[in-house]
Amino acid sequence: MVKDKEYLKKIVSYCIDLSKKLGASDTSVSVINSISETVNFRNKKLDESDRSDSLAVNLTIYIGKKKSSISSSNLSEENLKKLITRCIDTTKITPEDDLNSLPDKDLLAKDLKDLNLYDASHIGNNEKIDYLKEVEEAAFKEKEIINTETGFSELKSNFILANSDGFLNGYKSSSFSASCVAVSKSNGSMERDYEFSSTCHVKDMLKPNEIGSIAAKKAIQKLNPKKIESEKISIIFDKRISKGILSTLASSILSSSIARGTSFLKDKINEKIFSKSINIFDKPDILKGLGSRSFDGEGVKTETLKLVDQGVLKHYLVDTYHGKKLNLKSNGRSGGTSNLYFERGYFSYIDLLKINSKALYITETIGHGSNLVTGDYSVGANGFMIENGEFKYPVSEITIAGNFKDIFKNITLADDLEFKYATNAPTMLIEGMVVAGK
Amino acid sequence: MSNFFNKSDISRKDAEDIVSKTLNNCDEGELYLENSKSESIILDDNKIKNSSYSSDLGYGLRAVTGEVVAYSHSNDISKESLKKSSENLHLTLKSKRGTYNHSIDKTNKKIYNDINPIEEKSLNSKLETLKEVNNYVRSKGTIVQQVTASFAGEYKDIEIIRSGGEVLTDARPLIRFNVSTMLEKDGKKEIGVYGVGGRQSYDEYLKNDNWKKVCDEAFRIASINLESKPAPAGEMKVVLGPGWPAILIHEAIGHGLEGDFNRKKTSAFHNLMGQRVASEGVTIVDDGTLHQKRGSLTIDDEGTPTEKTVLIENGILKNFMQDRLNARLMNTRSTGSGRRESYKHVVLPRMRNTMMLNGKYSQDEMIKSVDKGIFAVSFGGGQVDITSGKFVFNCTEAYEIINGKIGSPIKGATLIGDGPSILKEVSLVGNNMMLDPGIGTCGKAGQGVPVGVAQPSILINKMTVGGTQL
Repeated sequence: MVKDKEYLKKIVSYCIDLSKKLGASDTSVSVINSISETVNFRNKKLDESDRSDSLAVNLTIYIGKKKSSISSSNLSEENLKKLITRCIDTTKITPEDDLNSLPDKDLLAKDLKDLNLYDASHIGNNEKIDYLKEVEEAAFKEKEIINTETGFSELKSNFILANSDGFLNGYKSSSFSASCVAVSKSNGSMERDYEFSSTCHVKDMLKPNEIGSIAAKKAIQKLNPKKIESEKISIIFDKRISKGILSTLASSILSSSIARGTSFLKDKINEKIFSKSINIFDKPDILKGLGSRSFDGEGVKTETLKLVDQGVLKHYLVDTYHGKKLNLKSNGRSGGTSNLYFERGYFSYIDLLKINSKALYITETIGHGSNLVTGDYSVGANGFMIENGEFKYPVSEITIAGNFKDIFKNITLADDLEFKYATNAPTMLIEGMVVAGK
Repeated sequence: MSNFFNKSDISRKDAEDIVSKTLNNCDEGELYLENSKSESIILDDNKIKNSSYSSDLGYGLRAVTGEVVAYSHSNDISKESLKKSSENLHLTLKSKRGTYNHSIDKTNKKIYNDINPIEEKSLNSKLETLKEVNNYVRSKGTIVQQVTASFAGEYKDIEIIRSGGEVLTDARPLIRFNVSTMLEKDGKKEIGVYGVGGRQSYDEYLKNDNWKKVCDEAFRIASINLESKPAPAGEMKVVLGPGWPAILIHEAIGHGLEGDFNRKKTSAFHNLMGQRVASEGVTIVDDGTLHQKRGSLTIDDEGTPTEKTVLIENGILKNFMQDRLNARLMNTRSTGSGRRESYKHVVLPRMRNTMMLNGKYSQDEMIKSVDKGIFAVSFGGGQVDITSGKFVFNCTEAYEIINGKIGSPIKGATLIGDGPSILKEVSLVGNNMMLDPGIGTCGKAGQGVPVGVAQPSILINKMTVGGTQL
């Protein structure tokens, strides 16, 4: 069982009281306990079991405008005392920074809504094993599948965030996730693909046979790929990839990147950065949402933001420190976005595939080729060639490249938005990117 | 050395008894104890943005029988917690029977000194250095728009208790000093990053104004990128510079030669042992014994002394990198490659310092031999798909080569290739082998561990360059 609120509260209060006694003018502290149990299977046999029990404290001390932090997994009072003393000493010699402070008191979250993020069910190892057996049996129904690796994880956590302005709040959350990686082989070609399901509540998970058969089919579809010629071609991003465009947007509008001047979207507020049909929301209060939260990393209340309205950038993601530098109030995005998504588009998935007579459908990208300072983008990729809306053959060992400023303006969305991750996008057509192949 | 038991309700003897009892019917396993301290001090935007210190303590109890690994970890080193972990392991392995292999090699070698780098340099002196770095880089002109400089230090004390009470210990220092700068000229912005590090005190890397060289290098890379033009797209010849570009070796070849992927037959190399996988003249080793280098370890995280493992000799595949589990199942010995990020993670076979050894050609000869291609000097990061063998890495400094001469710098582009075939495309191996400056972290199964790479310049006959110019 994860530690209860009273236990965590005791540690938090000890830290705040001691910091004050030793000379802190302000303190912010969080304590988190998480317990996870994982079972992994490989080729229908038990491969690994892993139990993790971790308790950690993160504490930031302010002395006037000076600031310093410590963290530890050793929560004995003796050790905490040693660390807090060290933190006070460090803070004293760290230079002042006028922007350092706790968040505005009137922005702190109050009267939390129950977001239904905790499911107390416990799935025993035997039940996990039964589930994984079904996943693997479904995958091995396909004769090209030569290897499967599957896993079932259950995570329960509880945390408290508090500060010396009287904020003290926290809640439990749970996560159940199962995954299957399948390896297919045919004519000397070997490929790997996966499927997974991750939810707050166990009853919302995909059926095990769905996970196994989707992973197997995807791995088989990739077999015997071709490398294509270098060309400028319409690209379609599968939902696995299209959500990455939102992650890029989110990283580029963090108040830290904007304040430091290191984002290609600096000074683009109230400017059109997407085409007119694009609307983007960040909604923290979706019930059972994978990115849902009642307050941000500083305790600031979070409300739904329409980040992009008809193509126009309306908000940065603002925390207290960088907000002060930009003369903006925190909008509860210390730690980034919550449930971030594109409003669905107008085309059905099938119609989107047919918009161009030829398109490259990307299912996987590899590498870290996004430069958020310049907006330049170049990554390795694989996927499928599509002609007249039909999947023709798998493609691999190519790269796709462009610049996000252009990519953003050339996006057309399908209507197939679903909430499988914390950040979600429908299938996406992008015109004007360059493919490098042969 | 930490005493993991003096603040606990459990004595070392009790802990040894629990370990022996837990592992009684198992093939492998140990109690791994870890006490780590780390710090991070960051100057950014003319200010000290972050000064943090972390102290982490915990254990991981592992039992292995056949192919099955049972693991339980906690930060509570107590009798109750260890007993609970032991019960958990038994639940997983209940009906399985194994025979514990007590034999493990020993070493007296010390590859680094037992120092805590965090305490070796005072906070005041670190803050002073960061201030100097900021002033020095900004003094290079008004084009300097942003400077970020950081110290990251770590001291990790580990103890491994094996069944029967055998104890192995190691104390590992690790530091990294990093400078990044953003320049702006005529509305164009570019970043340059450079860093140094390894298993010594900070001052070993900063002395003799060496920190200025780190700043100069970050500034130089950013300046070159300001002049860069769009990269070409398509297949062409590629000359890789010495040192850090060896992450190509790490991604393209290294991961595919880790024991677990080969035991599971998911690596594109699993059936190529003894066969030609690279051009003649290509020799690749993975060496954990280099003095004070970032990827070096006295013993791995199972207690096995590290070694210099020959992976590919003159083009022929000779060895995989092994931990004890995969070595046992593949009827070979551990190469001292069993590593874990921390007590929270299971052991996996991992790289240490992966190096391509010298050949006989000069870099000039390589460049002269290329009519149209690119010369790649530095990279950001890379990634590989073990199963298909496809790998990528991102250039952060590269130039076009036209008619045997180095031309204009080109924008960062991704290079993509096929692991099993890329080394057969290496046509010339240089004589200028260099180690990277000590900045690499390798990620696998969610675990990051410090690694090193080294290579001389090499000429690759064809690779796909992911630019935008057709």
